[in-house]
Amino acid sequence: MTTSAVPAKRAVGEKGGATSVAPPGRPAARRRVRSGQWAAWAFLAPVVAYLLVFYAFPLYRNVELSLKDYTVRSFVDGTAPFVWFDNYAKVIQNATFWPALTHTAIFTFVSIAFQFSIGLALAVFFFQHFRLASTLRALFLVPWLLPLIVSASTWSWMFNSDSGIVNSALEALGLPQINWLTSPDWSLIAVLIANIWIGIPFNLVILYSGLQNISGDLYEAASLDGANGWQKFWRITFPLLRPVSAITILLGLVYTLKVFDIIWIMTKGGPADSSTTLSTWSYRLGFGSVLPDFSPAAAVGNILILIALVFGLVYLRTQRKLDPS
Amino acid sequence: MTTKFRRGAAIAVAAALVGVGLVGCASSGGGTSASSKSYTFWDPYPQFDQSAAWTKLVESCGTKAGVTVKRTGYDTTALTNKALLAGQQGNSPDMLLVDNPVVSTLADAGILTSTAENKLDTSAIDKNIIAAGEIGGKTYGVPIGANTLALYYNKTVLKAAGVDAASITDWATLTDALAKVKAAGKKGITFSGINTEEGSFQFLPWFWGSGANLTQLDSPQAVAALTLWTDWLKKGYAPNSVIQNTQTTSWQEFATGDYAFGENGTWQLGNVKQAGIDYGILTIPAESGGPAAAPTGGEFLTIPVQKDAARYATTKKIVNCLTSTANFVTTDNTLSYIAPTADAQAAQVAGNAALKPWVDAVKAAKGRTSDNLGTKYPKISEQLWTAVQTALSGSQTPEAALKAAQTAAAAAIK
Repeated sequence: MTTSAVPAKRAVGEKGGATSVAPPGRPAARRRVRSGQWAAWAFLAPVVAYLLVFYAFPLYRNVELSLKDYTVRSFVDGTAPFVWFDNYAKVIQNATFWPALTHTAIFTFVSIAFQFSIGLALAVFFFQHFRLASTLRALFLVPWLLPLIVSASTWSWMFNSDSGIVNSALEALGLPQINWLTSPDWSLIAVLIANIWIGIPFNLVILYSGLQNISGDLYEAASLDGANGWQKFWRITFPLLRPVSAITILLGLVYTLKVFDIIWIMTKGGPADSSTTLSTWSYRLGFGSVLPDFSPAAAVGNILILIALVFGLVYLRTQRKLDPS
Repeated sequence: MTTKFRRGAAIAVAAALVGVGLVGCASSGGGTSASSKSYTFWDPYPQFDQSAAWTKLVESCGTKAGVTVKRTGYDTTALTNKALLAGQQGNSPDMLLVDNPVVSTLADAGILTSTAENKLDTSAIDKNIIAAGEIGGKTYGVPIGANTLALYYNKTVLKAAGVDAASITDWATLTDALAKVKAAGKKGITFSGINTEEGSFQFLPWFWGSGANLTQLDSPQAVAALTLWTDWLKKGYAPNSVIQNTQTTSWQEFATGDYAFGENGTWQLGNVKQAGIDYGILTIPAESGGPAAAPTGGEFLTIPVQKDAARYATTKKIVNCLTSTANFVTTDNTLSYIAPTADAQAAQVAGNAALKPWVDAVKAAKGRTSDNLGTKYPKISEQLWTAVQTALSGSQTPEAALKAAQTAAAAAIK
């Protein structure tokens, strides 16, 4: 189509006289450069728009919310006064802050410790390639495949003080029943157990794929040297798995810090504040009561983002360090 | 070359379209459309679809006023935020049906018109029900129905335990009945003590029944009410699960048929028949006898502020249609609510005598944001449910828990 149209046009121009016809080479080249640039921008536009609309703007808005004193009235008429870091000061002085921060730290580190060690143990176990290994491994992925609302509700029923299956089991074993979700001493442990269960498949899958990259020759050589299974694990598997382990743990940290749904569905952060973390507290401030308290909620949210950012930077650093090797 | 350029242009156009699409999304979903013949109506009943009787009723009231009404149902919590955002954008719906404690919040935000502005007549509405919508001497909206709490009891369980329901008139006789039920090997009472508004809602009949006032959470009366609940748990009259029960899970416990009593609302009337329980209804007793004031639940029909004040006249016609006696009866029977006017209540009882105890309970009920508490109520309520949780879970005594709650509430409403 184009090849036939262009010479026809030129022919017309030649007939009409040389004055109206521009030298053919340069403008075409310029147009090519310009159109190339436009095309480049056009290719960039969707991702730039996406980043601005879905990342930059919400973040900016969250920071703005936390630095102004929003009430329901000023939220509607837009006259919230700028108060600098008043909301942060208020949040940190709040009686809930230190418990929430401690619970967040305990929840994150204990979750990671158990998820990683159980995940690693299972990965090594399934790497033995016994019969049914792949079927069993697939079964272990179930927690990952279930929607969180399903698994959290199920755990909440299982942990029910009066009619839960966990307490029935304890009773059958002659042990006293535990108020998993309704005792301030146990509620954090209950949500931890559920979260560990949910996080194991992720660790299992990543570590299992890490194991596949370790050369079988090393194990063979170690066997010839008379190393037992324990020695092989600590001298070969564990050190060679270190890069993968680092990534798994750091990703897990960032994921676990912001866990909200499991806790909210199981205990709503209760009883009283005994299982409140920064994420559930932020939600409660913003949406948990009839009267929304947007500014402190945003402040708590931003504190959580800052903590996650620190771990995110550690992750990027670690990854950069590992990449060249 | 040309094809390459064309593809680039196509992508640019596509990107522009995506951008426009986003802007379109941001500005759509609003209430006030340019058309003067089209009115919008938001409510918290997502369970009713386009073919539901409720939708038909709303639309027919619009038709009578000579306009079309577009009804949208949202989840209750989403609706509050949605209404605030719409107010911020200046495109509120023409009519907004919201849960009664939210009225004071939205009025405080300045997005609702008072009856002085919209000229709605609320004189026929029961004083205790409309009180939830009265803030600073102004009234914002009309209740379309009310619900409240009472004690459902299981006749079979009470009979087996040798308890006569008529003998239960105050806290002491109720606790005696629970002791007998437990001795007979059945379960006593279930309620909802969760750390949300539901927990406060369920505790308030006992709180008010002791003579306590929401402005003083650590009064001796308040301590007596919380001690009553805490002792029930300690003695095993109430299950430990009440600490995390919502009203729905509490209902499920009662529906097993093992429990003698369940504190629950008007809206469970349909379900109790389905559960096949031989049930009776008891007004929640006050500490020393007589009915305790239970909190009123139910929604208010409000008229949000519009840029074009001419719309209010038509909106008023639609609201008057929806709140006529005949429509009150239809709507409240559908929702399993009690109507807010004496005439409509009489008509409801004439149609279904089983509603009589509920009409009495609603007449004795009290709005949570009443007593001019308004937007202070949500902050007080948050401390109240926290105190209930702390005491029930045994981490503090009722005295200490309520004292902490009073300190925190006083600081929050300052």
